[in-house]
Amino acid sequence: MSHNKTTRRGLLKGGAVVGAGLAMPTFFTSQANAYTNAPSGGKVTLGFNVPQTGPYADEGADELRAYELAVEHLNGGGDGGMMNTFSSNALKGNGILGNKVAFVTGDTQTKSDAARASAKSMIEKDGAVMITGGSSSGVAIAVQGLCQEAGVIFMAGLTHSNDTTGKDKKANGFRHFFNGYMSGAALAPVLEKMYGKDRRAYHLTADYTWGWTQQESIQAATEAKGWETVNNVLTPLATTDFSSYVAPVLNSGADILVLNHYGGNMINSLTAAVQFGLRDKVVNGNNFEIVVPLYSRLMAKGAGENVKGIFGSTNWHWSLQDEGSKAFVKSFGTKYGFPPSQAAHTVYCQTLLYADACERAGTHNPCGVGEALEGFKFDGLGNGETEYRAEDHQCFKDVLVVKGKENPTSEFDVLEVVEVTPRAQVEYAPDHPMFAGGELGKCNPGA
Amino acid sequence: MLGLNNKDTKFLIIVILLTLSTPFVMQPFSESSAMAQFNGGYPDLMQRVAIFGIFAIGFNILFGLTGYLSFGHAAFLGVGSYSAVWMFKLLSMNIIPGIILAVIMSGLFALMIGYISLRRSGIYFSILTLAFAQMSYNLAYSVLTPITNGETGLQIRPNDLRILDGEGSSTYTNLFGLQMSSSAKWEVWGHLFTFNVGFYVCAFIAICSFYLSLRIFRSPFGLMLRAVKSNQNRMSYTGLNPRPYTLAAFVISGMYAGLAGGLLASMDPLAGAERMQWTVGGEVVVMTILGGAGTLLGPVLGAGAIKYLENIFSKINENVLHGWFDFLPDGLENLLVWVFARFTGDGWHLTLGLLFMMVVIFLPGGLMEGAERIRNRFGSKGDIDETGASTTKPAE
Repeated sequence: MSHNKTTRRGLLKGGAVVGAGLAMPTFFTSQANAYTNAPSGGKVTLGFNVPQTGPYADEGADELRAYELAVEHLNGGGDGGMMNTFSSNALKGNGILGNKVAFVTGDTQTKSDAARASAKSMIEKDGAVMITGGSSSGVAIAVQGLCQEAGVIFMAGLTHSNDTTGKDKKANGFRHFFNGYMSGAALAPVLEKMYGKDRRAYHLTADYTWGWTQQESIQAATEAKGWETVNNVLTPLATTDFSSYVAPVLNSGADILVLNHYGGNMINSLTAAVQFGLRDKVVNGNNFEIVVPLYSRLMAKGAGENVKGIFGSTNWHWSLQDEGSKAFVKSFGTKYGFPPSQAAHTVYCQTLLYADACERAGTHNPCGVGEALEGFKFDGLGNGETEYRAEDHQCFKDVLVVKGKENPTSEFDVLEVVEVTPRAQVEYAPDHPMFAGGELGKCNPGA
Repeated sequence: MLGLNNKDTKFLIIVILLTLSTPFVMQPFSESSAMAQFNGGYPDLMQRVAIFGIFAIGFNILFGLTGYLSFGHAAFLGVGSYSAVWMFKLLSMNIIPGIILAVIMSGLFALMIGYISLRRSGIYFSILTLAFAQMSYNLAYSVLTPITNGETGLQIRPNDLRILDGEGSSTYTNLFGLQMSSSAKWEVWGHLFTFNVGFYVCAFIAICSFYLSLRIFRSPFGLMLRAVKSNQNRMSYTGLNPRPYTLAAFVISGMYAGLAGGLLASMDPLAGAERMQWTVGGEVVVMTILGGAGTLLGPVLGAGAIKYLENIFSKINENVLHGWFDFLPDGLENLLVWVFARFTGDGWHLTLGLLFMMVVIFLPGGLMEGAERIRNRFGSKGDIDETGASTTKPAE
C-alpha cells in the first residue's frame, strides 16, 4: 500500500462515498409496513410447505395438487370447485382482495428443522404472507411456532395431534383437520358395538406428538367402554420394518392391535401385522382385530388387500354425497384423473378459508384475518356445518368412521363410511386436560 | 497486527470485508429480473452460511490438520443446540448464556467421545465416531424425550421459566434487547439488500472463530497436529505422545461444532434430533473437502456453496422450470423440464453429488485449489513473494 497519494479526484470520490454512507439510514424501509410481507404489485404470495420426501410424501404430493387447484379457483380459473358451494360469498374469483394469487412450494422432509428452514426462506425470500401445509404434527407445530414469531398466518394442513390446537396452540395458527381426541370419541362407540366390551388392546404408536396424543385419546376413550390396555410400544417415525414390533404382540394376550401410525408407517406396520397372521388368530375366545384410528384413502390404497374390514376414522371421504364434496371431487378429478384424498380436501378448504377471511376482513394483516376466522361458522365445504372455535382455533364438525371395503369396485373405492359421528359427540371443552397447558397468546402481525 | 504477520493480516482483513459484505455478495440480481430466483441474500440463508462456516472451520482443525476423519460432529452440533434452547427456556432469551453453555457442554461431550474414539486411528476412528453420533441421535430421538422432546423438537413456550427475564417477557432471542430477527432493508436500483442483526452476530463470531483457527494453524501446536498427519509413527519414535495433541484438536473442533449448534438455536430457537443425525456429520465432511481440507478459507467456501445449493436449487420446482423454458415448443420444453427437474427441486442432492465428484477427481485440493490454479494461469504477479516462489503454503 505504498501508492496512497491523495488527489483531488480521489478526495471528491471519497467524499461522495462518505456522504452516501451517511445518507444511507434514510433509505432503510424497515418497519414501513403494518405487517410482515404485505402484498405489493397486485400479487399475493402463499407458501405451500409439504413433505415431498419421507414417510408422508404421498400425502404431500396430493396436498400440492389440491393447493394448485385452489389457487386456480381463487384466480378465477377452472370450474370454481367448492367456491360455488361455500356458504360465504366473499370470494369473487379475482384472486384475494384483487391481488392475483401466486405460490411457492417447499419440502419439509417430515423434519422440524428442514420444515422451519423452508418456511423461513418462503417468508424472508419469497415474501409469503401465509404458510400452509405440514403432513406431520411435529412439523406443523414447529412451523406454527415459527409463523407466530415471524408474524404470518399458518393454516395447518394434515395434522391430527391434540397439541396443535392444544398445548402448542398459537394465535396465528388455525386447524381445519380433526384431532386425536375426536377420533377416539367417534371410534370408541363403533368399536364397542362391533367388538364388545371385554377386549384387551395393544398399541403400536409413532414416537412423536401425534402418536402420543392419539394413543392417549384412544386409550382413554376405549377404556371408558370397558377395554383394557395391555401395552403401548413407541416406534420411531423413520421405521420401515415393523416385524420386530409386531412379533411380541402374539404372546401379549392382547386381542386388538391399535396402530397409531400414518402414511408409509401404517402401510408397513399393517402389512407386517397381516403377514404375521394376526388377523387369523383367536385370542381369549375373540377374533384378533386390528384398528387404525386415523385412516386415509392413500394409505388404504398402499396397504391393498390388508385393509379389508379394518375400522378407523377420517376427516373427509370422496364418496360423500353433499354438494360441496361432489363439486370438489369433480373439479379435482377433471384436473388430475383421480379422486382427492382427505389431505387434499383439508388443505383445499384451508386455502379457501384463508382467502375468504382476507376478503371479509379487507386485509391480509394476520390480526384481521385471525379475527375473521375466530368463531366463523360455515357450510358447503364437504363436512356439513363447521365452526372455527375462537378459544383454540380448532374446527368443529362431524367425524367419519370408516371401514376398509370388503369388495372394492375400483382402486379408489377402498373405504366405506360406516357412521357419521355428529359434532356434539366429539366436542370437548377448550380446557380439557388433554388440551390444557398452552395459551394462544396475542396475534402477531410482525413488522 | 494481533500476532499475525503482514500477509495473514491482509488475509484476515479480506475475510472480514467479505463477511461484512455478504448481504451484497449474495444478492447480486435485481428483484424484478428473472434471475431473482438465484438471490440468496435473505437472513436465514446468510445466517446458515456463517454458522456452518464456523462448523466447518472447527472440523477443519481436526480433519485438515491431524487427518483424523470424524463422522460424528453432528452430535456436538445437536448438544450445542439443546443446551442453548434449555438456557433460553430456563434462564434468559439473551443468547450469551445459551452460547456459553453450548460450547461448554459440547466440549465435555467431545472430551468423552474423543477420549474413547482416539484410541484408534484411520477407519476405526471414523467408524467409532459414526457409532457415537448414531447413538446420540437415538438417545435424543427416543430415550431422552423429557430433555429433548423427541421428534417434535425442543421449543420455546410463552410460559417457560426464564428466571432472568421475568414474567411475560419477549420470547424472541436477543442480544441485550437487540432482536436476532430484526433487520433493516435497503432498496436501491431495484435491488433489495437485507441487513439482519442475527447475521451480523453470526458473522462477528465467525470472524473471531476464523482468527482463532488462523492462530492455531500458525502456532507450534498447529505444527504438532500437522506432524500427526504426516507421520504419526515417526512422531512417536522421537518421544512425543500424539494423543494429547489429537485429543485437544478433537475437543476444540467439538467446541466449534457446539458453538455452531448454539448459534443455530439462537437464530431459530428450536432444537430437533435430526440435527444429530450422521447425515449432518457427513455434510460437514463434504463441505470441508469441497472447499479444500487443510486450507483456512476452503471449508467456509464449501459451507457456503452447499447451503446455497440446498436452499436455492431445492426451490426450483417444475413450475419454475416451465416458466424458464416457456418459449420452446411443447415437446422440447417438457423434455428439458424433465431433465432439469432431476437436478433441481428434490434432486438437488444429485447436483451436489456431481459437483463433489468433479471436485474430488479434478481438483483434489477443493475449490481453493481451483482458485489457486486460476490465479496461476492468469497470474497476478503481485502474489509472488521475494524469493520468486509462488505463495503455495505447505499443508494449507
